[in-house]
Amino acid sequence: MDVMTLTYLFVGVTFAIYIGIAIWSRAGSTSDYYVAGGGVPPIANGMATAADWMSAASFISMAGIIAFAGYDGSVYLMGWTGGYVLLALLLAPYLRKFGKFTVPDFVGDRYYSSTARLVAVVCAIFVSFTYVAGQMRGVGIVFSRFLEVDINTGVLIGMAIVFFYAVLGGMKGITYTQVAQYCVLIFAYMVPAIFISLLMTGNPIPQLGFGGQTADGTYLLDKLDGLVGDLGFSAYTEGTKPAIDMFAITLALMVGTAGLPHVIVRFFTVPKVRDARRSAGWALIFIAILYTTAPAIAAFARVNLIDSVSDVPYAEAPSWVKSWEKTGLISWEDKNGDGAMQYVAAKDANEMKIDRDIMVLANPEIAKLPNWVIALVAAGGLAAALSTAAGLLLVISTSISHDLLKKTLMPGITEKQELLFARIGAAVAVCVAGYLGINPPGFVAQVVAFAFGLAAASFFPAIIMGIFSKRMNKEGAIAGMVTGITLTAAYIVYFKFVHPELNSAEHWFLGISPEGFGTVGMVLNFAVATVVSMLTKAPPQAVQTLVGEIRVPRGAGTASAH
Amino acid sequence: MSEHNSASAEAYWKANVRLVLWLLAVWFAVSYGAGILLVDWLNDFRLFGFKLGFWFAQQGSIYVFVALIFIYVWRMNKLDREHDVHED
Repeated sequence: MDVMTLTYLFVGVTFAIYIGIAIWSRAGSTSDYYVAGGGVPPIANGMATAADWMSAASFISMAGIIAFAGYDGSVYLMGWTGGYVLLALLLAPYLRKFGKFTVPDFVGDRYYSSTARLVAVVCAIFVSFTYVAGQMRGVGIVFSRFLEVDINTGVLIGMAIVFFYAVLGGMKGITYTQVAQYCVLIFAYMVPAIFISLLMTGNPIPQLGFGGQTADGTYLLDKLDGLVGDLGFSAYTEGTKPAIDMFAITLALMVGTAGLPHVIVRFFTVPKVRDARRSAGWALIFIAILYTTAPAIAAFARVNLIDSVSDVPYAEAPSWVKSWEKTGLISWEDKNGDGAMQYVAAKDANEMKIDRDIMVLANPEIAKLPNWVIALVAAGGLAAALSTAAGLLLVISTSISHDLLKKTLMPGITEKQELLFARIGAAVAVCVAGYLGINPPGFVAQVVAFAFGLAAASFFPAIIMGIFSKRMNKEGAIAGMVTGITLTAAYIVYFKFVHPELNSAEHWFLGISPEGFGTVGMVLNFAVATVVSMLTKAPPQAVQTLVGEIRVPRGAGTASAH
Repeated sequence: MSEHNSASAEAYWKANVRLVLWLLAVWFAVSYGAGILLVDWLNDFRLFGFKLGFWFAQQGSIYVFVALIFIYVWRMNKLDREHDVHED
C-alpha cells in the first residue's frame, strides 16, 4: 500500500479509538470533569501525564533542534525531565494532600486572598493559551504534509476531535484517551529509532547505538564531530553557549515545568498521597523513554542528512528532498552554479536551507524505511499534539468555570451549572485555539520562552513557599509573584519584541538570554517575598494549621470542591 | 493532626526535608555539575563512544532523575510508617 493510504488508515483507526474511549468514560460530576473522580491508578496517571506533557514540540521539533544544536540542545533534555524531580519531591504529594481542583485554588486558599487567586488564574490562562496555539498548528502541519489536505482543514479536523472528547469527557475522558495516545506516540517514536539504530550501528537500542560504532569501525559521535568539522560547523559534542546561559536556561525550563498548571493538576487525579509520589516517577519513566531516544535520533539524523545531501548533484537528490521542498521547509539555491548541493557552515557558501522541524518527520524517509513506518510517525505526531491540546483546554475551562465563576464572580451556582459552564468554557477555548492555529500570531516560537519564564517566576516560588514556610503570608506571596512576572515579562518583551536587534549576549543581563531569564525572575520572587513577609504580620492561625496538615499524608480524601 | 503530638510531626517533617535536600544535591550534581559546569573536564574521559560530560548532559542525568524519584518514593513510604502518618 502507498504511504497515503496507510496514513489514512493509521490516523483513522487511532482517532476511532480515542472517540470510543471518550464515550466510554464520560464525566458525570464536577469531580469527574476536573480530576477524573480522583480514582486514576498511578501507572495510568503516569502515562497520561507523559502524553499530556510531550507535545507536538517534543515529538516533532526537539530531536531536530538537537540535531542542529548538538551539545547546546542538552538544555531541553535536562530541563524538560529534571522538572519532574522537583514536582515529585517538592510539589505533588503536598498538593494532592491539599485536595482541591486547581492551582489557583491552592494559591487562593493558602494565601487567603482572592487577589492572589486572580493573579494565578490569569497566569494559568495565559500560559495555557500560549501552548495550545502551537499544538493546533502542529496538527495542521502533520495533516498537510501526510494527508495532503489544506493546513486549515487539518486544524478544523483536530478541533472537532478535541472538542468531542474534552467537552464530553472532561479530565476522565482526557486521562484515558491520553493513555491510548501515549502508547501510539511512543510506538511511533521508537520504531523508526530502532530501525535507524540497527542500520547505522547494528545495535537495536538507540540509547546504546548512539554511543556505538558505525560500519567503518569509528564511533558514531566521533564520525559526526569529524563530518560537521569538515563542513565548518562547531563540534557536535561541544557547546557554543556560555555555561551561565546553559545553567539559567536549564533551570528556567526545569522550574517552569514544575510550575505548569496542566502538569500539576495531573497529581490531583490519583487516590492517595503515596500514589501522587509514585505517579510522578512513572510519568518520568515514560517521558525518559522518548527523551533519551531523541538525542540518539538527532545524531543519526544529522549524519544521514550530511551523507545524503552534501555535495550530491541536485539532479540525483533523494526523493524526500523534493517532497519537502514542496512544503517550503527545504530549499536549495545553486550559488556557485555547480549543480550540486553544498551544505556548509559559512553563510555565503551554504546552499541548503533545512527547517529543523522536519528532522523527525522526514527521518524515516531519509533512512529509506518502509511506508508503514512513515504513516506511523504521522499518527504519533497527531497523538502528541492532540493529547497536549486536550490537557491544556481542560485547564482553561476549569480556570473559567471553577476559579473565575464559582470561586470569584458567581459563588451561588450549583454543581450542574458549574459543569455546564466548564463545558461551554472548553468549547469556547477550542474555538479560540483553532483560530490561533489557523491564523498563528508570528511570535508563537518566541512566546514559548514566555510560558516557561512566567511559570518559573510566578507559580513555582509561590507554591514552594506555601508548603515549606508557615510564615509566608499573602503580602509576601503577591509581592513576589508580581515582581517575578513583571521583570521576566519585561525582559522577554524588551529583547524579543521591542529591540530584537539587541538580542545578543553582550546586551544581556549577566549574559543570560531571555529563554533563561525565568531563573532570575524566580530568584527575585523568592527574595522579595521573603523580605516583604518578614516586614508584615504572620498569616492567620487557620492557615498555619492548614500548612501543617498538608505536610502529613494521612487523611487525604479525594479532591473536592469544599 | 490532632491525634499526633507536635514533636513527632516536627521530627517527621525534619527527616522529610533532610531526605529531599540530599536527593536535590544529587539532582544538582548530575545535571548542573556533570552536565554543564564540569562538562569540559569530564569530556576528557570516555564511556564507549561517548565523551563522559556529553553523556551526562544527554543521557546520564535523565537516568539519575528517574532513580531519584523512586528512591524518594521508597524512603518516604518507610518514613511515613516510622512516624505513623501513612495512609491506611
